Amino acid sequence: MFCEKAIELIRELHRMSDGQLPAFNEDGLRQVLQEMEALYEQNQSDVNEAKSEGRAELIPSIKLRHCCLLRNQRCVTAYLYDRLLRIRALRWEYGSVLPANVRFHMCAEELQWFSQYKKSLASFMRSLGGDEGLDITQDMKPPKSLYIEVRCLKDHGEFEIDDGTVILLKKNSQHFLPRWKCEQLIRQGVLEHVVS
Amino acid sequence: MDTQSYFPVPPGVGMEENFLSLDDILLSHERLPIRTECTFPQLGFLEKSIPESPGTKMELPLWLTKGLYERKRKVVSVELPKVYKEGWRTVFNADPNVVDLHKMGPYYYGLGSQMLHFDSPENPEIAQTLLQTFIARFRRTMDSSQNAYNEDTSAFVERLDCLEKALFRSGQSGLNGFQSWEKGQASQLTASSLVLNYRKRKITDVQP
Repeated sequence: MFCEKAIELIRELHRMSDGQLPAFNEDGLRQVLQEMEALYEQNQSDVNEAKSEGRAELIPSIKLRHCCLLRNQRCVTAYLYDRLLRIRALRWEYGSVLPANVRFHMCAEELQWFSQYKKSLASFMRSLGGDEGLDITQDMKPPKSLYIEVRCLKDHGEFEIDDGTVILLKKNSQHFLPRWKCEQLIRQGVLEHVVS
Repeated sequence: MDTQSYFPVPPGVGMEENFLSLDDILLSHERLPIRTECTFPQLGFLEKSIPESPGTKMELPLWLTKGLYERKRKVVSVELPKVYKEGWRTVFNADPNVVDLHKMGPYYYGLGSQMLHFDSPENPEIAQTLLQTFIARFRRTMDSSQNAYNEDTSAFVERLDCLEKALFRSGQSGLNGFQSWEKGQASQLTASSLVLNYRKRKITDVQP
């Protein structure tokens, strides 16, 4: 019936209930906006007709089209908002640099939003904890020790730690590294935390 | 327990919908049996769907019905869907645990709460049945979600309505979190499940 394209956008997001970001459905969005324009124009002309010729029986149709407009608006707003929630989750799960295949799914405005969110988060973190700031994206689980044992799950190249030593992260190699350096890589699935 | 970063807008409680909630939008897409009480002239491309003469019975989605419904002026009149009528209400009052709520419409509680907007004379009974059904079924849902660890719960879950499914899922995630804490896995850093899912999807994208 009406507003079918809009509900399809919602279904697309609802299917990925784990929070993944699907590709930006530019086509679908454009179709919904076109439908809204057509409905709006028809309503404008009907309202003029109803006013000038006193045709009160047009009012139910005007009301119906208005409902469709509101529905389309709701679906589009919810679609865009839910995508922003998913993009925000990316900053916390992936870190500041997103892999290319994820960036590809975002439209230009969403990329801009992401970089501004990064900046807001960074300036907030800098304002905490005195001079140095506090990285709140670290220590998502209560830390038990300063150094942890990690195993490399895939080749990641060279990795420099604070005292200058360079470690070569080759698949299946095991290392004893400071926790704060590894947390990012573990979350990204490059390293594996080994608990004995 | 994996820390979650994606927090979608939850569905509204009771008769209120949350504007941005995906669940509420899908819920309001469900169709209701209604009867038109007036004509809808000049609908143009929508004309094929709305009948010419008033008094015709048809089905409209909830969002449209809510928008068109007016207490004073008769535009549409809403009939109760089968599941909320007297017949089914007696079944629910007798034993709510045997009913397959997913088949009765995946949004039984949600749609039922929304039906209360339409001023049916049976509203108090509908509201009462919804509440009692939920109370009676809740015990079993909570019990299973807290005690089924590493088991196949699909046979039980497929008879639950969406609200109950959400409750079951959060119960299970709590149980899994507690169990992993007991095993000492709570301090083990893990890869983000989101990241792993993206990687899985990338591989399937590449395959033709």
